[in-house]
Amino acid sequence: MAASSLIKTTPVTNDIAVEISGMHKWYGEFHVLRDVNLTVRRGEKIVICGPSGSGKSTMIRCINRLEEHQKGSIVVDGIPLTNDLKRIDEIRRDVGMVFQHFNLFPHLTVLENCTLAPIWVRKMPQKQAEEIAMHYLSRVKIPDQALKYPGQLSGGQQQRVAIARSLCMSPKIMMFDEPTSALDPEMVKEVLDTMVQLAQDGMTMLCVTHEMGFARQVADRVVFMDRGEIVEVNTPNEFFSNPQHERTKLFLSQILH
Amino acid sequence: MSDQTIGNKQVAFVRRDVTGTLPAPIMTRGLPAWLRENMFSTPLSGVLTLSSILLVVWIVPDMFRYLFTDAIWSAADGAPCRAPGAGACWAYVGAKFEYFMYGSYPRSQTWRVNLTLVIGAVLILWLLLPQAKKKGLAALMFFVVYPVAAFFLLRGLDGVLSLVETNLWGGVLVSLLVAAVGIVVSLPLGVLLALGRRSQLPFVKFFCVLFIEFVRGVPLITVLFMANTMLPLFVPQEWTPDRMLRPLIGVSLFAAAYMAEVVRGGLQAMPKGQFEGAMALGLSYWQMMRLIILPQALTTVIPGIVNSFIALFKDTTLVAIVGIFDFLRTVETARLDPVWAGPTISTTGYVFAAIFYWVFCFAMSRYSQMLETKLAAGRRR
Repeated sequence: MAASSLIKTTPVTNDIAVEISGMHKWYGEFHVLRDVNLTVRRGEKIVICGPSGSGKSTMIRCINRLEEHQKGSIVVDGIPLTNDLKRIDEIRRDVGMVFQHFNLFPHLTVLENCTLAPIWVRKMPQKQAEEIAMHYLSRVKIPDQALKYPGQLSGGQQQRVAIARSLCMSPKIMMFDEPTSALDPEMVKEVLDTMVQLAQDGMTMLCVTHEMGFARQVADRVVFMDRGEIVEVNTPNEFFSNPQHERTKLFLSQILH
Repeated sequence: MSDQTIGNKQVAFVRRDVTGTLPAPIMTRGLPAWLRENMFSTPLSGVLTLSSILLVVWIVPDMFRYLFTDAIWSAADGAPCRAPGAGACWAYVGAKFEYFMYGSYPRSQTWRVNLTLVIGAVLILWLLLPQAKKKGLAALMFFVVYPVAAFFLLRGLDGVLSLVETNLWGGVLVSLLVAAVGIVVSLPLGVLLALGRRSQLPFVKFFCVLFIEFVRGVPLITVLFMANTMLPLFVPQEWTPDRMLRPLIGVSLFAAAYMAEVVRGGLQAMPKGQFEGAMALGLSYWQMMRLIILPQALTTVIPGIVNSFIALFKDTTLVAIVGIFDFLRTVETARLDPVWAGPTISTTGYVFAAIFYWVFCFAMSRYSQMLETKLAAGRRR
């Protein structure tokens, strides 16, 4: 993609947002993550790809403790991730997450979905929380749906609500776990556009996705995982045109027809 | 109709004007269609319809005669009711009505019971009617202020209201008291037990499983006996619970164990994504449960919850076993009164009791159906 270099205007600083070192994880006897090492700097956009079952989702889910790792260390925004519940909540407040299946709360309106966490977790007055929610709903271009229930929206709209809901907590890092995989094809673009816009605003992002166009356009680095290991980390240009590893080549040959 | 101008070589067989709409066949509309659809759709259905009609014709006129036309509506004593061919003895229900309502509660003080019941009814309506406002205040009044007020109103307050010991309480008063306490205590306790049973803390989980399985494993009568005879053994003598309080505790704990399993069913049905969505936003465990999980889980199991409430309401009759004069027990004892004794007295009493229980259970059932429709309309998924 020729336009790719035009997008990457936001500066990547030297501050470290997330540092994963020597992380291992097992499900029972099954070794899902093997010696994962990854440093994400503030403002950096990382796209994580790899075949299904390679541990991509599990890795980012370890960062906000939706999954527990058994060995190694994870430091998020200077806070080491331990069993201390207070610290886990602290980290979750600052790390937004967007899921494959949106995980909106169906019994609350779109606006309530967005104001819930600011009001209860950040102790923000309701009025202020609503103003912020409307601001972000406008940014994802669905302010007119604020009073509807999630079930009344299309998949693409729901995912954009989910993004707005995360942004309402003013997170320092945003994680996306295959945000477009559950969407009908015609709705993928509206969600990706929202993510590109977010990237342009300088958000630190970790995206697990199969959208290679998005990776080329936005990513500072592409991480390729296979069988629980990080196999290759490279800039998108290098990654797509000159993959180093056999497994990367095989994967790329399978997804880029 | 069709054009056919053979001379000009214009031959067309296409109809140009629209024909009028035909009426639907007689068998697909109106009463005949409805009958055919609902009453006689198959031979079996036809047979069932006819036999049901016969059954109604056979039973209803007699029942109507017994309950209304042949019934004795007023009498000074049981003599008219004992006459051959007499129907239900409503005069007896009238004469015993105060006893059915209050048991042996002093007659001069029954206004206290009435006041308590009226306040309770108003608060319940305030809580349950969807269009009512300020539900928070209603909940505070009903769950905190009302129980205390009701306690002093019914039992008495030094220097203001004379003391009425609980062994004088009886009738509808006691039935509603046991049911209300059971319902109000069992739901929150059941929710806590259900959460505890799914807890990751081994001790909490073990205790909840033990409690639920133990209580569900024994009959309510056993629980009542244990509450009545063993509870006093566990506490110092001066703390011995009142004899009315013991079955209240027993019924509440019993109902809570069942409620816990109903609620757990709702929790199990929650998609994992709802937990993860809430956790990822930084909500604490209790915030997540209160704001996200329980509202949805409880909505899912409204039929099961109301089912438990209805069962509990009817189970309150079992407190008679430990010597509490609930409504059914007052009916039982009143029919032995020699002034009224007669062949129709028992039936009349039981019909009256049946109507009482049916009205309350049916009201609960209808309310839950209304609630389900309303919630389903608000949150289309």
